[in-house]
Amino acid sequence: MIERCDVAVIGAGPAGLAAAHAAASHGARVILLDAQPRHGGQIWRHDVAHGTPPAAQAAIQALSGKVEWRAQHQVVAADGRRLLAETPDGAVEIDAGHVVIATGARELQLPFLNWTLPGVAGAGGLQALAKQGWPLAGKRVLVAGSGPLLLAAAATLRKHGAMVVGIHEQASAARVAAFAAQLWRWPARAWQAARLRVALAGVPYRCGSFVQAASGDTQLRGVELRDADGTRQVECDYLAIGYGLVPNVELAALLGCALDRSGTHARVHADDLLCTSVPGVYAAGEALGIAGLAAARIEGSMAGHAAADAVDAARALAPARIRERAFAGLLARHFALDPRLRTLATADTVVCRCEDVPLSALDDCPDTRSARLAARCGMGACQGRICGAALAELGRFPNDGPRRPPLFPARLATLAALPFRPTTEIEP
Amino acid sequence: MNACDLIVVGAGIVGASCADEAAAAGLRVAIVEPGTIGGGATACAMGHLVAMDDDPAELALARLSLDRWEAFADLPEAEFDRCGTLWVAENPAQAAGIAARVARIQAAGGHAHALDAAQLREIEPSLAPDLCAGMLVPQEAVVYPPRVAQHLVLRACARGAVLHHGRRVRQLDTHGVTLDDGTVLHGPVLVATGCALPQLVPELPLRPRKGHLVITDRYPGKLRHQVLELGYADSAHGSDGSSVAFNVQPRPTGQLLVGSSREFDIDDPAVSPSMLARMLQRAFRFMPSLGELQAIRAWTGFRPATPDGRPYLGAVPGRDGLWVAAGHEGLGVTTAPGSAQLLLDLILGRTPAIDPAPYAPSRVLA
Repeated sequence: MIERCDVAVIGAGPAGLAAAHAAASHGARVILLDAQPRHGGQIWRHDVAHGTPPAAQAAIQALSGKVEWRAQHQVVAADGRRLLAETPDGAVEIDAGHVVIATGARELQLPFLNWTLPGVAGAGGLQALAKQGWPLAGKRVLVAGSGPLLLAAAATLRKHGAMVVGIHEQASAARVAAFAAQLWRWPARAWQAARLRVALAGVPYRCGSFVQAASGDTQLRGVELRDADGTRQVECDYLAIGYGLVPNVELAALLGCALDRSGTHARVHADDLLCTSVPGVYAAGEALGIAGLAAARIEGSMAGHAAADAVDAARALAPARIRERAFAGLLARHFALDPRLRTLATADTVVCRCEDVPLSALDDCPDTRSARLAARCGMGACQGRICGAALAELGRFPNDGPRRPPLFPARLATLAALPFRPTTEIEP
Repeated sequence: MNACDLIVVGAGIVGASCADEAAAAGLRVAIVEPGTIGGGATACAMGHLVAMDDDPAELALARLSLDRWEAFADLPEAEFDRCGTLWVAENPAQAAGIAARVARIQAAGGHAHALDAAQLREIEPSLAPDLCAGMLVPQEAVVYPPRVAQHLVLRACARGAVLHHGRRVRQLDTHGVTLDDGTVLHGPVLVATGCALPQLVPELPLRPRKGHLVITDRYPGKLRHQVLELGYADSAHGSDGSSVAFNVQPRPTGQLLVGSSREFDIDDPAVSPSMLARMLQRAFRFMPSLGELQAIRAWTGFRPATPDGRPYLGAVPGRDGLWVAAGHEGLGVTTAPGSAQLLLDLILGRTPAIDPAPYAPSRVLA
């Protein structure tokens, strides 16, 4: 089946919802796709017990009747601006005049002793599971890692009945205090932070503290924490851990968009109107670099306007965007990772969990390619998304994720559903 | 003075095998490799050790090589898995040709036997029910080629070979080679650079022939043999602009590696969605249940193809002290050990293990 549209928006988180709305407001035929069954992306994920956040509800309702919504459409391949999506009912091809990439971000995991034990989860990952009904009532959960999202995760876990035994932020108390002191410049964020503090009343929040090992035989039993006072053991049923976010740039790379590789993790390069290096392909939100919800919403609107050729409307949002993007710098400065976190993985620690590759297997590998060929590192189902980001943080290799179809595991039948166009026969 | 008895340029499976063979013979060997060892066609290959019987010369080289591959059967790096090769017929005409193919393989010293439709279904239940016959070559195996190439280079180095890694040959000289860092190596030169052969030996015609492969998630027990359609050789050895053929391999991990496609005159290494689709549609005709399996990765590679499909093995006419081992197209992994033996036989003046004439580079310069 082939569908045609003026603008295809990939990703229905805050950026994608805003992009779809903006593009449709100019009369463009818009298709909004997401791999998930519901709108919202990660941060606005629907909660089976507590519903959808009011801001998300408003953004979703605003699309009603104006945008064609395609749930459970995972874009796995592309040929120019023809996108191939896998759905539960088979493959769908979408022929788009313009494309807005709003693919968001994923959590950064850093390997440490026993980090692959059942019970160790991403902070956002466990938050998502809680929202989907994973039973956490009465479970002892330790939240650790870095950044303000730990608070949001902890609040969700607590709302679902988990006993949050502590939040352990690796950044020092001085840095976190300096961050908080700047928050007045973004009043909505200050308000949100205050609400989270109330929701987490009584939960210890420790700065300069990180998990250096997990313990348990077949299931997590506890963690070893390290802070200025030394190390100590804490028992828990779950560890929710995340060291911030990494942009999802794989779709952009597949479409041929240039990436900015100046940082540890690649981000999509875009001009002032959020057009990527490929004409007609725009990007918005975390794919452009981690800046949070408010920036994602503004950029979504900008990209949506620009994709519908409403350049003035897009340009009008540029100042607001710059203000919100400044928050990205603040985040990066104040939650910079403690160098000791990069030494937690020892020779025996598994770094590629798809293929069970220990760190020591990479010692003779000068680059990503030889790590793949010699050690099978990054050759599993996640295509190096997890280990690639971790190894980039560890200073081993640059993060070089997938850029070939299938972008995500896909049925062979899906890949075979692309229309067959005979290649030109060669004269003998 | 960097004096060598043999300078091997290129450390793919063929160059690595030649370097290993030369070092084992006591030669002072230098190996020059600009990229990852086994990182060219070697890294993109299926790693299927298979005798193709449609050309007697190829069959002789393959048989010589397969016997030598047995020495790697217990090497952990090789990931040697004797899954056997199962050729399947989709029509009575192909089935009728099986007896002659069995006879050719047996005559060359291999083992093969015919299967009827019922036997075919018994050993591989997931194949299409209308396939009418098959041929099983039980001794054939699959390996993991890049790590074999690395192992061979390390083994050659343990015997005194010197690896110039990350260096490129800037030029061939009358005395040997000059590398891009100015290093000069003296001695006879063996060019084993696969698709890059024309850069150093432009007089030998060679074209890159693009192929696609897809690998699935793990499905242990789904397939036991490497399975090819009997029409595979028509695709592999035909000179059509593009062709596809059913060729699927069970990896020791339980993953399935699905091929194959062939395209000339394309230098873009990107996965072509339409060629991928065409290749998979061909595969589903032989194994319908493949469609529901999860693909986790697709990639492409370029096979070095000569005009007659046979590799160049021997001296380059008119060039003193210049040897070539390249142009193996899709059979470089299978025939690397035999190619190395034949080359060293020629270089050292030993009696060749097989008739070298069909591979002599002079054949295309006459």
